[in-house]
Order: sequence, then structure tokens, then C-alpha cells
Amino acid sequence: MTETAIRAEGLSKHFGSVQAVKDLDLEVPAGIIFGFLGPNGSGKTTTINLLLGLLEPTGGRAEVLGFDVDTQADELRAHTGALLEHSGIYEQMSAEENLEYFGRIYRIPVGERDGRIRELLEQMGLWERRGERAGTWSRGMQQKLAVARALMHRPAVVFLDEPTAGLDVVAASALREDLANLVVSEGATVFLTTHNMAEAERLCDRVAVVRNGELLAVGHPDELRARAGGPHVEIFGSAFDEQVLTRLRAQPTVTSVVQQNGHLSVQLQESADTAELVSLLVGAGARVEEVRRGQASLEEAFLTMMEEEECSPTS
Amino acid sequence: MLTDILTVVWKERKTQLRQPGGRVRSALNLLLPFAFIGLYGPFSDADWVESPFVAIMCTIFSMVFLLTTIPDSFAGERERHTLPTLLASRLPDPAILMGKLAVAIGYGWGVVMLALLVGLVTANVVHWDEAPLMYAPRILAPAVIMSFLSASMIALAGVLVSLRAATVQGATQTLVTALMLPGVGLQILGLVVLSQPAWRAGMRQGIDSLDFVRVSLTVILVLLILDVLLMAAVLARFQRAKLIAQ
Repeated sequence: MTETAIRAEGLSKHFGSVQAVKDLDLEVPAGIIFGFLGPNGSGKTTTINLLLGLLEPTGGRAEVLGFDVDTQADELRAHTGALLEHSGIYEQMSAEENLEYFGRIYRIPVGERDGRIRELLEQMGLWERRGERAGTWSRGMQQKLAVARALMHRPAVVFLDEPTAGLDVVAASALREDLANLVVSEGATVFLTTHNMAEAERLCDRVAVVRNGELLAVGHPDELRARAGGPHVEIFGSAFDEQVLTRLRAQPTVTSVVQQNGHLSVQLQESADTAELVSLLVGAGARVEEVRRGQASLEEAFLTMMEEEECSPTS
Repeated sequence: MLTDILTVVWKERKTQLRQPGGRVRSALNLLLPFAFIGLYGPFSDADWVESPFVAIMCTIFSMVFLLTTIPDSFAGERERHTLPTLLASRLPDPAILMGKLAVAIGYGWGVVMLALLVGLVTANVVHWDEAPLMYAPRILAPAVIMSFLSASMIALAGVLVSLRAATVQGATQTLVTALMLPGVGLQILGLVVLSQPAWRAGMRQGIDSLDFVRVSLTVILVLLILDVLLMAAVLARFQRAKLIAQ
């Protein structure tokens, strides 16, 4: 396998006057879960369709596992798996038949195919219900089956287009857990689109943020979180008078202090020492009962990027 | 390629009868050719095995059969949201296409051939005359070839419509309308001809003088040309990018 599983250079796609993907430059290292984040209509699904060779790019180029998406799409699809916008499950067929169909498509020998079907259905907790028609299942179970189907032929790269969309919290959490376990055991590279930031934060090694078909940022979730601001502390207690606040604001590591609902919300620089700040507050006469230190969430970072993009002169 | 085609055939066989209303539709589809070709024809006509109506009936029923099944081929996959996943798989375009066509044509044509066989048994039972009856070659050959070519024509036209349609219902309506137009035109022409005694007499004379073998060969040639043209259109239309972008 190549070191880079997916590479796009200036990849573009427009439908008439609508620019769905614009000059996308991307590198996804092999063996990671890569999150592709963006609001609805930001070009996530179009990007997957381009990377699977299902749409012809109108500009630029891309490679998946070294296969050109435009000229080697057939070879590319032989080594990739996909769960697209809809589960794509054949509702008239049983779970076992759905997997058998894709096992046949990828020409997995009969004995190996049966073993693989059992392995995947057992991992997903679906083995006992393998003979039931998939159409009678809940959406969560169908999505689990679709993930199993995407992994049936042990693809080197798996594209998952919002796999937990429309699922309730419990089903989404169960699917995420199964997905994470499977990816670790299979060692595949996963290209995951989502607009669920908690999902991306929990699963992804690297994330890219897109909006209106344009790449806004790419990096480790921590790097993106850092863009939304440094660490912050929430300090609960009493006697937070003006003198206390003034002394706190005078500290070089403190970026901002806001008093709200009886507690202090303090934005800090990376080098700030929380213990020193607490000592300072107590010394100034404040009563400190609880201190919570945290970082901006990926969701906050995402929203910040969206706001910045909206305010930028080119948008 | 053959393995891939057989994979599609395997899946089509699994799902065809399990569609909502699939069993009822299939039963009705089976009932009509068996009722007319297998029973009514041989019962009512002692010379059934020599009658050109055998070939005509086989051609019509294989077309009718396909009319109700082929719109589901791609429009059904699109309606049930399984088409993108199928297209994202490694299956080559021709395998998907040929697999779906093979099942549809094989099923429609096969049923008519079976009805033809039942009709022969019925004719022998009803009109037994010491020696077994057999279809005349000048009837059997056109029946087999014309029903196959007409089934292929409807299958190809159906796929062409189905590739563009958003729903099975939409595909069926378009296909039926497209096929009805020439039929309605012929009916109007017939009415005009029949309204004039001189034209009517001329038409009857023309029909009486027709050589069935020559007519069959002409029809086969026309169907063959139509099949080739439709196949070319289907191959040009069947492109993943176009199907995904819809």
C-alpha cells in the first residue's frame, strides 16, 4: 500500500453554475480515520463520489491507493468499500444474502465468504438475526449491516458518508463503537464525512473542514481546536468583586475574564498555570469552590471557522 | 465478465419475486400466456399448431411480460436507494447491464416458451388423431425468434427509460405510452381504411395474399435492427457519472 491513501490536487467539480468542490488539495495518510467535516451542501458527498470515480472531475486530479480516479476507476473500486448517503441495503434480502451478494461481487471464494459473513455479523451483533429480511430491521441495524457490507472484501480504503445520520443517540453510539473496533481490527483507511463534531472528535485521527466546496482547514482535531482559542477555566465560588477581577485581568497569561451566573469564565494562553491563578484569587479574598479547566471543543472550533469564513471578504 | 453477469443474475433472481406485489404480478404474468397460448388457442382451433397466431401470440405476450418487469431494473434500484452502492462496487458496467437484461429477457421469453410447450401438450390431448401433433417449422421458428427479439426490444427500451426515470411507476408509464403511440396510430389507420369499401376490399386481398414466412422474415429483420439500435443507445446512456448525477 502507498504511504498516502488518498491524494487530491486542485480537485474541482461543478454542476452547471454550482461549484460543488473547488480546488481541493488533500492528503490522507494510510491507516487512519480521516474526518471530512462540513455543513449540509458543502460538497462532502460530491467529494466522495469524485474519489470513488463515480463523477468526472471538472478540474484537478485525485488518486486513491495510487489509482487515478478518472482513468483507473474500475481498479480503484475493486480496492475500496463504501457506505454512501443511503445504506443501499436490499430490503427484500436477508442480512446474510446482502453480504453474500457483495462477497460474490468481490469474488471472495465460497468458504472464505461464509466465514467472513459470520465474522462481520458476529462483530456487529447481528448473527442471530442473519436470516431475517433486512427491510424489517431498524435503521440502526441496517446501518450496521451496511458498514459490514462496506468492509466485506477487506478494502484498503473505506468511504463512509455520514454513517450515523438519522440514528438515535443509542444507535449512533453503538455504531460508532463497532466502527472504531472494526477499523482497528481491519487496519483500513477510513474517509468519513459527517457534520457531527462529537463523532469526528471521538473517531478521527485527522480532520478537514469544508464549506461551499472549499477546504477551510485540515489537521489533528487538537490543532483545529487550538484555532478556536487556547485553554479556558471555569471558576465557581463567591466574592468575585471588581478588585479580584482587575488582578486577574492583569496576569499576562490571561486573555479574557467574563463573570457570568456567579462564576468566572477565563480564557488563557497555552502556558498559563491554573494553580497560580487560583492562589492569586484566594489571596485577593475570593472564595473558590470548584475549578474546571478545558479546551474549546471541535464544535466550537468548527463554528469559529464558519464565522470567520462568513466574515471573510471572498465569501 | 461471465462471473460478474451471473452475480447480477443471482441477485435479480433473489429479489424479483420478493418485491411488493411481485408474487401477484408474476402470477398474473404467468396466467395470461398460459391461458391463451397454452389452453385457449389449442382448445379453440384444431389447426392451432399450423396457425400463424401462435407466432403472433408469442410475440405479443413476451412483450407484455417484459412491460411489467423491466421498468424495475434501474428505476427500482434508484427508488430504493441501492443504485449508488451498486455503482460504487467493482462490478463493470456491462456486467450490471447484461445481468439485468439476461434475467428480464430469460424470464419473459422463458415463460412464453413454456406456454408454447403447454399449448402443444393441450393440442395433442384435445385434438389427438393417432399421430402426435407438432408445430409446423414455418410457425415454430418465427414464434421462437420473434418472441425473443421482441422481448429483447422491450427489455432494451425499458432499460433506456428506466435509466432516466426516478421511479418504477414513472418508468412504466413512459414505456407503456411510448409503445401505445404506434399502436394507436395503426388503429386510426385501420379505421380509416375500413371506412372505405374499396380500401377494405383491397386490404383483405392484400392480407390474403401475404406469405407468412416472408412477413415473419421482415418482422425479424425489423426487430433485429431495432434491437441493435436500442442496444447502442443503452450502452451510450449507461454511464456511472450520468446515473449518479441524476
